[in-house]
Amino acid sequence: MPSKFSLTRRAFLGLTGASAAALALPGRAWALTVGAAQTLVERLVSDLYDAINSGGSEARMFSDFAGLLDRYADMPIIAQSVLGVDWRRASTAQRSAFVDAFSGYISRKYGSRFRELIGGQIEVTGARAIRNFFEVTSVARLRGEAPFDVIWLVSDGSGQARVFNLIIQGINLRTTEAEEVGAMLDRNRGDLDAMIADLRNAS
Amino acid sequence: MACGPAVLPGASEINDPTEASNRAMHDLNVAVDRAVLRPVALGYGTAVPEPVRTGLGNFSSNLNQPLYVVNDILQLRLDDALRNTFRFLMNSTFGLGGLLDPASEGGLYAEETDFGETLHVWGVSEGAYVVLPLLGPSTSRDTAGLIVDSVMNPTRLAFARPESDYITGANVADALNTRYELGDEIDRLYYESADGYAQARLIYLQNRRYELRGNQPTDSADAYSDPYDDSYFDPYEDPYAQ
Repeated sequence: MPSKFSLTRRAFLGLTGASAAALALPGRAWALTVGAAQTLVERLVSDLYDAINSGGSEARMFSDFAGLLDRYADMPIIAQSVLGVDWRRASTAQRSAFVDAFSGYISRKYGSRFRELIGGQIEVTGARAIRNFFEVTSVARLRGEAPFDVIWLVSDGSGQARVFNLIIQGINLRTTEAEEVGAMLDRNRGDLDAMIADLRNAS
Repeated sequence: MACGPAVLPGASEINDPTEASNRAMHDLNVAVDRAVLRPVALGYGTAVPEPVRTGLGNFSSNLNQPLYVVNDILQLRLDDALRNTFRFLMNSTFGLGGLLDPASEGGLYAEETDFGETLHVWGVSEGAYVVLPLLGPSTSRDTAGLIVDSVMNPTRLAFARPESDYITGANVADALNTRYELGDEIDRLYYESADGYAQARLIYLQNRRYELRGNQPTDSADAYSDPYDDSYFDPYEDPYAQ
């Protein structure tokens, strides 16, 4: 278990001045700041729009979206928490197969909604610390729709700053997917391997 | 009214005592969607050009504005009442009777509300989860609200036949357009999800509670579980905090 320690924002800036230091200390949870969490989401949103506006094919958009998930989201922890108590009984091989299948499922499912964002914008409006993580708020303005709230939860618990949950108009991605994965597991009578195979085919 | 709004249930709380009959109703709604709604909506969306569909949708939703205003007043939300009144006047005149939506184009969006929300503001709690025929997810409180709304809707009271039939027609067209526009999402929920009933229930309740919460800050302990924590079902849960 990596030990966690906290630094104040000022001390953090004074000591490093760059998040690159986090890479220099692998395995150690770094103290993220409100500003850095907000910057992370701003970069994510900007990369997201670069991908959308590149005007690539749908297949290209999917792979771009998978790349964004890889860079900005902590898929292992999201997958682990979505599987819940069943994570504990999964073997190492099952765990990594599940993380892989779940990542593919998420990028297919949400990647197909990419085009809804065309012509719209997401404006990051603020950030605050909550317990050991950060809440970054944003407003999505899509064509012909009233603006709505999108909340990003960011943590550096993995050693790197990553998004670990997304809440769109109150709808929580992690809890919603936890229920879906739970239903898939029930349908397969608790058989993890069969559920993982299902997940690979789900969209 | 002095007692303030009802307490919203925790993010993961689900009260569904009649789950078996709700599931049966959900299955019926899916069957109706498959046989009628989906194909008709696809036909409507394909045959009718987008500007016409949008115009009919605008017309239909503009006629809901007076009902919003009534509920805003009952909730003592006078700023929302003014906003919705202004929208209604603007769209009914400059928007050619509501076919266009210049108010939204100017950034003045509808503050949608209903009598279910009014009941919430008056202190009535959510009640049980209910699946309604055709209309889908609701709660016992919001179902009561729907009935009151349909009785007290000023637009419905103001027009007799045949105008009221045209309004009903516009509402049906708007519903078909919504089914068409949300096609992929509803298809996924109804036909692809491992348990579409449970997904629809969770999505509906989360979104409804969020709407009712308004500008009130989230109860972060409940709504934001930390998956880094060892608690799995708290949505604002931090998974890193082991």
